[in-house]
Amino acid sequence: MKTDPSGVLTGQHYLDGDHACGEGAMAAGCRFVAGYPITPSTEVVERISRRFPMMGGTFIQMEDEMASMAAIIGASWTGTKSMTVTSGPGFSLMMENIGLAAMMETPCVIVNVQRGGPSTGLPTNVGQADMMQARWGSHGDYEIIALSPQSPQEAFDVMIDAFNLSEIYRVPVMVMTDECVGHMTEKVVIPKAEDIEIVPRKLTDKPPGEFWPYVADRNMIPEFARAGDGYRFHSTGLTHNERGYPVMSAECQQECVTRLVDKIRLNAEDIVRFEEEDIDGADVVLVTYGITARVARRGIDIARNKGVKVGVIRLIVVWPFPERHIRELAPKIKAFVVPEINYGQIVLEVERCAAGQTLTVLVPHMGGTVHDPEDIANAILEAAK
Amino acid sequence: MSKVAEQIPTEEMEHPVAPYLRMDRIPHIWCPTCGIGTVVRCYADALEHSKIDLDKVAIVSGIGCTGRVAGYMRLDAFHTTHGRAIPFATGLKLGRPELLVTVFSGDGDLVGIGGNHFIHAARRNLDILVILVNNFIYGMTGGQNAPTTPTTARTSTMPFGNFERPFNLPHLAESCGATYVARWTSLHIRRLTKSFREAISRKGFRFVEVIAPCATLYARLNKLGTGFNLMRFYHDNAVIDHGADTRDLDISFQDRIICGKFVDKERPTYSEMMHEHYRNALGDKFVPLPEEGGMIRDTGEKPDSKGKKPAKSQKRKASASKSSRK
Repeated sequence: MKTDPSGVLTGQHYLDGDHACGEGAMAAGCRFVAGYPITPSTEVVERISRRFPMMGGTFIQMEDEMASMAAIIGASWTGTKSMTVTSGPGFSLMMENIGLAAMMETPCVIVNVQRGGPSTGLPTNVGQADMMQARWGSHGDYEIIALSPQSPQEAFDVMIDAFNLSEIYRVPVMVMTDECVGHMTEKVVIPKAEDIEIVPRKLTDKPPGEFWPYVADRNMIPEFARAGDGYRFHSTGLTHNERGYPVMSAECQQECVTRLVDKIRLNAEDIVRFEEEDIDGADVVLVTYGITARVARRGIDIARNKGVKVGVIRLIVVWPFPERHIRELAPKIKAFVVPEINYGQIVLEVERCAAGQTLTVLVPHMGGTVHDPEDIANAILEAAK
Repeated sequence: MSKVAEQIPTEEMEHPVAPYLRMDRIPHIWCPTCGIGTVVRCYADALEHSKIDLDKVAIVSGIGCTGRVAGYMRLDAFHTTHGRAIPFATGLKLGRPELLVTVFSGDGDLVGIGGNHFIHAARRNLDILVILVNNFIYGMTGGQNAPTTPTTARTSTMPFGNFERPFNLPHLAESCGATYVARWTSLHIRRLTKSFREAISRKGFRFVEVIAPCATLYARLNKLGTGFNLMRFYHDNAVIDHGADTRDLDISFQDRIICGKFVDKERPTYSEMMHEHYRNALGDKFVPLPEEGGMIRDTGEKPDSKGKKPAKSQKRKASASKSSRK
């Protein structure tokens, strides 16, 4: 369906990534945001808190990030598209209820404007070291979806995708942006409302009495009932059956957790999204995401000028990971080079999928600033030897 | 079960609270002589006598013995994470303001791990009813010390007796801004039910503390007998003092328990404050989130989600508009 025009600030703007992210959420139909202040993400909710009262949205500043995450799950069960925004330390505090959102299959979006860690780390400077936490930071087995924008424009764009994916798959979707994209100001074009396609909540057609909240369809996704529509359903963070009732057995655990994971894993080919450039005939392929994809441009140019054929895979959806694609590409190239602002996270996935068929090289950076493009260029040149 | 009982035609013998319970989940997990079931019964009675639309009632629990209540009530029910029932309820209430949201949980859940949410929801005067069953102990995990355990009482983690000072919950709630504060024991069935009815009819952060026996752990660890002995203790030691100063409501070990309604006042709720403020600040530009929720509906004729037939979708819209008429 087309989005509600009241949240769409159509036109050309000069926005930083945080504000663009907030605009993306509003354009996607988000009408409930709960958050707690944390640098460098706060501008997202500042933008939203100023605009929400004019479009029927509610923003509440909660007492902490645990509460923020719990509140957006509650709001999502009313059918209201809901989101929270944070950075590293707050992301850690949200983990328990991210698990609840996964277990209850609650559509919601969590934005993490990544900064340097661990712990309080570098509050005002860039990092990309929460990528693995995004995937598995809460306890137990589950799968989520994560996207990573490289620019303010893309911060706007991926917010629409994030809300849509959360509705289709009924999972928490993470937007893993970073301090650089968040605080970088660039042109952002916001389309007309009629050009923004959004996915509505998949409400059940069944009458009350015939509806059970966790009966999955062929895509392994259950239909939804809102609180207050007369279904009187039960949802729990405990291992549950199709009725949403707790069942403490290995059999029910097997069924419940398998579906939570498989609804993403088996649909991964439909979810993965990346940009490719000059892959055919490449010697070295750079696998990159977020702000590092921008910085790497200069490194790629340097290497190309020295005669290396460099291809690029830029991940837009990071989780699920494009496993098949990396695996099939691996035997055709000399090396994958993975620059990231951490000490090796996504590189582990590349290495796993390459499965020894080619070299995988990490270009680490501990954060605080972006890579020196020379370092990326040198890694490419070295790998191409 | 005896043969005589099996022969009774059960369809004619439905328990009066059965319509409020998920009978397909009974028997429940609570111990014999636990007080929680009694509190559930009183709440169900209060709902019945309040004549409210049960389709618009949602219940949220955290974790623990009382945390299981949501799972047994035939309402829109959420069994959430430990301590987070109140923030979950915050989203539920603000996401669909027409709902009557009840948080039903225990002392460890609401004022131990969830204490920060409790005080902030009271401060905001969030429009929810909070029912806290206080059994003085962490029951589900085996009798550990709680923020409500009376000083000197034994728990599994204070084997030589508790040396901490417990919360005085009515005082905590009032000082943070609750508009309705009452305390009863699970012996006070009639008064507790009346209190629930009153609280349901009020607005704002309403708090009812119910002292309830935990025979399996609290009574056993403290050699207090059975749940029956605790009920007799309530009978002999509960003092009804409506309007008492909440500063005087501390509970000492095996000492008198002051019960009653202590606070019943009006104060603008979070949503009322927000609406009034935005109307003043923004005038006609202010658009509140709709009472029936902030879900954005498909106004086009062709829904796009997988496998959805247009005819059915229209039926859905029809039923939704009916519910919003109210």
